[in-house]
Amino acid sequence: MRFASKLVGAAALSALAFAAVPASAAERIALVVKSLGNGFFDAAAKGAQQAAEEIGDIEVIYTGPTSATAEGQIEIVNSLIAQQVDAIAISANDPDALVPVLKKAMDRGIKVISWDSGVAPEGRMLHLNPSDTDLIGTTIIKLAADYLPEGGDVAILSASSTATNQNAWIEAAKAALPTEFPDINLVAVVYGDDDSVKSTDEAKGLIASYPNLKAIIAPTTVGVVAAAQVVTDEGLTGKINVTGLALPSEFKQFIDNGASQAVALWNPIDLGYSAVYLSHQLIGGAEAKPGATLSIGHVGEITLDETNAAAMAPPYQFDASNIEEFSKIY
Amino acid sequence: MKDTSLTARHIPDRLDSPLRAALLSWPSLLLAVAIALFVLNALASPYFLSPWALSDATFNFTEKAIIALAMALLIISGEIDLSVASIIALASTMMGLALQFGVGTPGLVAIGLLTGAACGVFNGLLVTRLALPSIVVTIGTMSFFRGISYITLGDQAFKGYPPSFWYFGQGYVWWVISFEFALFLILAVLFYVLLHRTNFGRQIFVIGNNPVAARFSGVRVERVKFLLFCLTGLMSGVAAVLLTARLASTRPSIAVGWELEVVTMVVLGGVNILGGAGSIQGVVIAAFIMGLVTFGLGLLNVPGIVMSIFIGALLIAVIALPILVRRLRERLTR
Repeated sequence: MRFASKLVGAAALSALAFAAVPASAAERIALVVKSLGNGFFDAAAKGAQQAAEEIGDIEVIYTGPTSATAEGQIEIVNSLIAQQVDAIAISANDPDALVPVLKKAMDRGIKVISWDSGVAPEGRMLHLNPSDTDLIGTTIIKLAADYLPEGGDVAILSASSTATNQNAWIEAAKAALPTEFPDINLVAVVYGDDDSVKSTDEAKGLIASYPNLKAIIAPTTVGVVAAAQVVTDEGLTGKINVTGLALPSEFKQFIDNGASQAVALWNPIDLGYSAVYLSHQLIGGAEAKPGATLSIGHVGEITLDETNAAAMAPPYQFDASNIEEFSKIY
Repeated sequence: MKDTSLTARHIPDRLDSPLRAALLSWPSLLLAVAIALFVLNALASPYFLSPWALSDATFNFTEKAIIALAMALLIISGEIDLSVASIIALASTMMGLALQFGVGTPGLVAIGLLTGAACGVFNGLLVTRLALPSIVVTIGTMSFFRGISYITLGDQAFKGYPPSFWYFGQGYVWWVISFEFALFLILAVLFYVLLHRTNFGRQIFVIGNNPVAARFSGVRVERVKFLLFCLTGLMSGVAAVLLTARLASTRPSIAVGWELEVVTMVVLGGVNILGGAGSIQGVVIAAFIMGLVTFGLGLLNVPGIVMSIFIGALLIAVIALPILVRRLRERLTR
């Protein structure tokens, strides 16, 4: 009887059913993400699939660990190496820990690129950033300027005064002002520390201090929601336009109620699309070296810098025409 | 004239013949399962039966399996150590710190092993001297050890380990046999001898079955348990050296969640979670089974969450089925 019970256990173990052997395609490109079950990456996989259909004869393997760990991604890369995929495009959980296994992949003839969240240069052939400092700086001013044909006063509500990213973007924005947006007058930069309450107070302060304020620009997803809520609560929709970098799912209500005309953020669909496009070109023999220009299909083209990294595009704009669609994605 | 006092008479200590017992033992059944999984994998994926693919697959479980060897002894003695993954983090952090002061490869390895052993001493003292339950102590030290790593590193990483150090996690002893895997095989033999062929090993079983009786029989229960905690800490230190060398970097989140995978391996290997029974063969085969399952499903690009469900189901089946069948049998014979 005891033997029988063990047999049942053994049978349960062996129940590892045959899964279908994947259909063979000419090129197999693996899209490895930080973790599965994340809307942002599911959207990227959608874009990857689009690129695969556009180019033709490409199988996209969309995979990632259950929890966002480097060790989990290493196990996956090991199994991709064993499958002899043609390319691995990874959004890494750790820029350093994945380097040895990705080097091994390259040694075995697999093309490796990183996208979104990068790997140290020795662990990949090129890295695709969603955007870059100058593009973001220009975009956040443009978002406000597009709806101010006569120009006017705008203010920036940032994260903390020590936030490296935001400070760089604001510097780039200031640099773009005199040449590209001469009619826009930046009256103040305040800091909400990415805290809803502090951001709300700072937004109220801006509205009280600058009666001619036409737009509040918040290059942070926390600040932009707080500012839009203040404008909504104080009945200033139509008078002050809130804009900046926002998650469509969090921000949809403020586009709907008119507190904001448009906001922007990276587009995960385009990221996945571009990652497959770049992988395909590397498989085809394109060389990734500083200064090289590579096409990323309908998104445009990129030029690699001295670390073989490149920015994909300016942040993608969300307004009344597409916020509904993107709010369901991320 | 018969001399009964001098000729040894064989007294059977079990009713089954030794051969039948060996065939029906948990390790042999596990081995059958492992072979079945191997064949299934080979049939399911054309990429499985390549020496390099199999070699790469061993990296997925070797470090965990090395800790599982020591953990098996600890669990057989009726204790547990849930801080092993955090010991890896702390040992790796200490190696990274030493690296900043220019310590070379031998020094780094020594520091990794010593940190692991020191953590084991700490756990062992708390459990044996203060007579605290090990599950409580090691849940505490689990946060404590990793906490030190987080305080030291924050969101930074130690990198720049010398290439000679990489060998421990990326090097090959011969052809496709990695250093890690060779070390695991050697340690498995040593642990087999320790548990199944020495007095110390017998004492571990006695303590796990009945600590009171063990104490009355002259077994130094506290000392044995203390040594087992030290050994588990030391093996975690070994795993820390291997993993740090494999990643060529240290981050405080290194090896997060590994303690449960190690315990899973041990229990799947037929070690009684309540102590008193188990074998090293079982644990070694269980390590291979977990490696085969994760790598096999990985080759088919099955999402990780399905793997977790599969391993979870496996574990529940392994623990619950014998109990269910025994109950059923009791009901039928009544």
